[in-house]
Amino acid sequence: MNCYRFLAKDALSAFLAFLAERERVLVPVEKNGARSSVVFEEWHEGLPFTMLKSTVPPKAAVLPQCEVLFTCRRVPDEGDQNRHVMVLDDTLTAQPTVIVATRPCDARGFAVLDRPYLNGLYQDPYYAARRKELTVLTLTCPTGCESCFCHWVGGGPSSPEGSDVLLTEIEGGYLCQSVTEKGRSLLERSALPDGEDRLASMQEARKKAYQSLGRAPDLKTAPQRISERFSDLDFWNRWTEACISCGACTYFCPTCYCFTITDEGDPAHAEGGRRLRSWDNCMSSLFTREASGHNPRRKKAERMRNRISHKYATYPENWGVFSCSGCGRCVSNCPTGIDIRAILLSALGKEEDMISHGTQSKETGQ
Amino acid sequence: MSGLTQGERRELRIVGFLCNWCSYGGADTAGVARASQPTDLRIIRVPCSGRVDPLFVVKALLNGADGVLVSGCHPRDCHYGTGNFYARRRLEVLRRFLPVLGIDPKRFSYTWVSASEGQRWQTVVTRFTEEIHELGPAPRFMDAGPLEREIEQPASSPLHSLDSASLESLAALKQAIASRLPELDLVLGWQEGRDKAHLVPLFIRTPEDLDRLAIGPLAVHNLAVYLPELKGRKVGIVVKGCDGRSVVELLQEKLISREDVEIFAVACHGTFDTGRIDQALGRYQHLESVRMDGKELRITCDGRERHFSLENDSSTKCLHCKTPLSPLSDHSFGSAPSVGEGDSTPPDLARLDAMTLDERRAFWRSQMERCIRCYACRNACPLCVCRDHCISDTREPHFTTQESTAKEKFFFQIIHSLHLAGRCTGCGECQRSCPVGIPILALREHLIRVTDELFPEYRAGMTVDAAAPLLTYSVEEPHIQEREW
Repeated sequence: MNCYRFLAKDALSAFLAFLAERERVLVPVEKNGARSSVVFEEWHEGLPFTMLKSTVPPKAAVLPQCEVLFTCRRVPDEGDQNRHVMVLDDTLTAQPTVIVATRPCDARGFAVLDRPYLNGLYQDPYYAARRKELTVLTLTCPTGCESCFCHWVGGGPSSPEGSDVLLTEIEGGYLCQSVTEKGRSLLERSALPDGEDRLASMQEARKKAYQSLGRAPDLKTAPQRISERFSDLDFWNRWTEACISCGACTYFCPTCYCFTITDEGDPAHAEGGRRLRSWDNCMSSLFTREASGHNPRRKKAERMRNRISHKYATYPENWGVFSCSGCGRCVSNCPTGIDIRAILLSALGKEEDMISHGTQSKETGQ
Repeated sequence: MSGLTQGERRELRIVGFLCNWCSYGGADTAGVARASQPTDLRIIRVPCSGRVDPLFVVKALLNGADGVLVSGCHPRDCHYGTGNFYARRRLEVLRRFLPVLGIDPKRFSYTWVSASEGQRWQTVVTRFTEEIHELGPAPRFMDAGPLEREIEQPASSPLHSLDSASLESLAALKQAIASRLPELDLVLGWQEGRDKAHLVPLFIRTPEDLDRLAIGPLAVHNLAVYLPELKGRKVGIVVKGCDGRSVVELLQEKLISREDVEIFAVACHGTFDTGRIDQALGRYQHLESVRMDGKELRITCDGRERHFSLENDSSTKCLHCKTPLSPLSDHSFGSAPSVGEGDSTPPDLARLDAMTLDERRAFWRSQMERCIRCYACRNACPLCVCRDHCISDTREPHFTTQESTAKEKFFFQIIHSLHLAGRCTGCGECQRSCPVGIPILALREHLIRVTDELFPEYRAGMTVDAAAPLLTYSVEEPHIQEREW
């Protein structure tokens, strides 16, 4: 049974304070700099926050930019002073965390990450521990936007996948709908008033959001069509010319999950050694450079091909869905304006769909 | 050796980089002569002061050193002939760079001590240690709290008029490219991207590609970034003034060949700060129209019209631009606005100038926190030419760790800035590319100001046969004080 509660706008801070009693609460915070950006930060009383879509998805809550897998120290053996032993500490730390006001595309991102990290051949204990402690309170989107395309890839502005609670903005506040058991018990624990009498407004808001979306192209054949393009290097070259091989598209992606592992420090030193896992990205040529110096993906076109193929061909072959939630951050954050939708449609031979989406035609590629 | 560290005074951490041939010998001479010295200094022996990468100093200061002293052979007395001439330029630039980072420049000193000058060494080390003790332990970067006062960005008026006049050159430009296209492998320009408000790079190979060419105040990308990877091909490039300077710098550093590049220079009358436009447009679904009219840009999306003007919404780099037309070109289009006199301090830099050292550290710490190390700043920089061999990616030497602290991220910005010292033309691509809007251009702009002070005869990217000041030296440096006493 779903549980519906009403969260009035002026009760938002009190609700966050209630959540913060037990857990770390992450909220979108607007940052002013050379351009304004929205990032998730830990909430505390008085922190100004926003309900805007974040520039950086909250992926770091389960997959930090950098995490210590273990620390190690070389210490004298108690029994034999002439010998040393290595002491490893791989204690997991997973702080109970609740993310507030993320968007459905980001929540679906967690579902994309779950498959390889939780349901693959090996379960990743670090990811699993954080994911278990994570509660996702998602704000459904009021409209689509020019750079996002969730409805192309199986989602929508009110998609519940990956969320524990869905919040929909209605007059005076947000209607909270539980999606999972975790979400339901959270809402029931809260002092929020019942919201069932406002269901109609919620449905109205969601319907309006859905209606605002442009026509979605049919991507059913994407895995096959993209695989067929594999050896068409001209195609990939053409679409990658403007790429500067930075990692913006992957690091801002809620579904990209590649990492690198490095050993740092020195076990014999007082500070000890540590094994770190940190974000890595397939757009960097170092990602695939082997110790021998050989690099199977030396050209940026080959790397772009890998990224697109992974998202729309190989991941769906393994898991049945795209590893893209259509958040559009790779589009809006690309320093050279590369549009993954245009590449996808071109691979599918569906350039005309760009026009209906309000994006210019790209018949000839660039 | 405790003569000078009397009482219970806490020892501080001072790192000394001493050249093997002179200063290390000088320290040895002082020791042999039993000249008493403070014990705070930890000496690292280097073959030459020229071996001291300014990054050694910054890394030490960021990681807990309370002071850093570099000492080498006297100028004109280098064991290797010229090592300390290079060192003198680099270390002076570094000394003047530190304040913008929020590091007290008094914590760093460089000097010259010969092997026979035991007494001079004693004085140098004693004085420097005393100065560091007066300053006390260095504040840690990661201890910097939030910036407590709002510091207004001072208003700045442009050095030349900003308007859409560059648009008028489009037809002539297209015609010129069309006539040259058969001889060239490709021509770099701009085109509409996902909508009319977002231009993206265009790679022109055919007349149909050329039809899509767009220029004007929304053509923000510096296309020179693509030239090194296209080396060996005949490439035409459309450049604004600042982009043209990057091309010159690349030619100067022999990263591209003059005979392979054909420069189509468009007189630039200013570009928009696209981040500011995006912020003002906010979330929208359909962009209906973009109209440029004189100084005004009108963008209509979802039925709402918004106005932008180059006077209020231009890229900050355009406010102090002195090079609206590329200094080097094969074809040039439009007439460049005349550049007036005036304060050319970029507004972001002026704001940092108005801060105390503590505030600057607080500022950088709070700004760097949200960096996710996508390295768009590095990869969009036309002069970041190490590509796959960036020092931030190497394990040997281990300059940066993978740890995602603001300090590590800030250190990368320092690496980038210092590697560009004297080479950076201030095109601002690093900052424009930053998806989270960290105002990193100010660090480069400060270094441009420093190199302007020290080497006033040189401006990066103006002449092909010049040499960047840190890649050369002069025996006498008119703007660097050789020693204080």
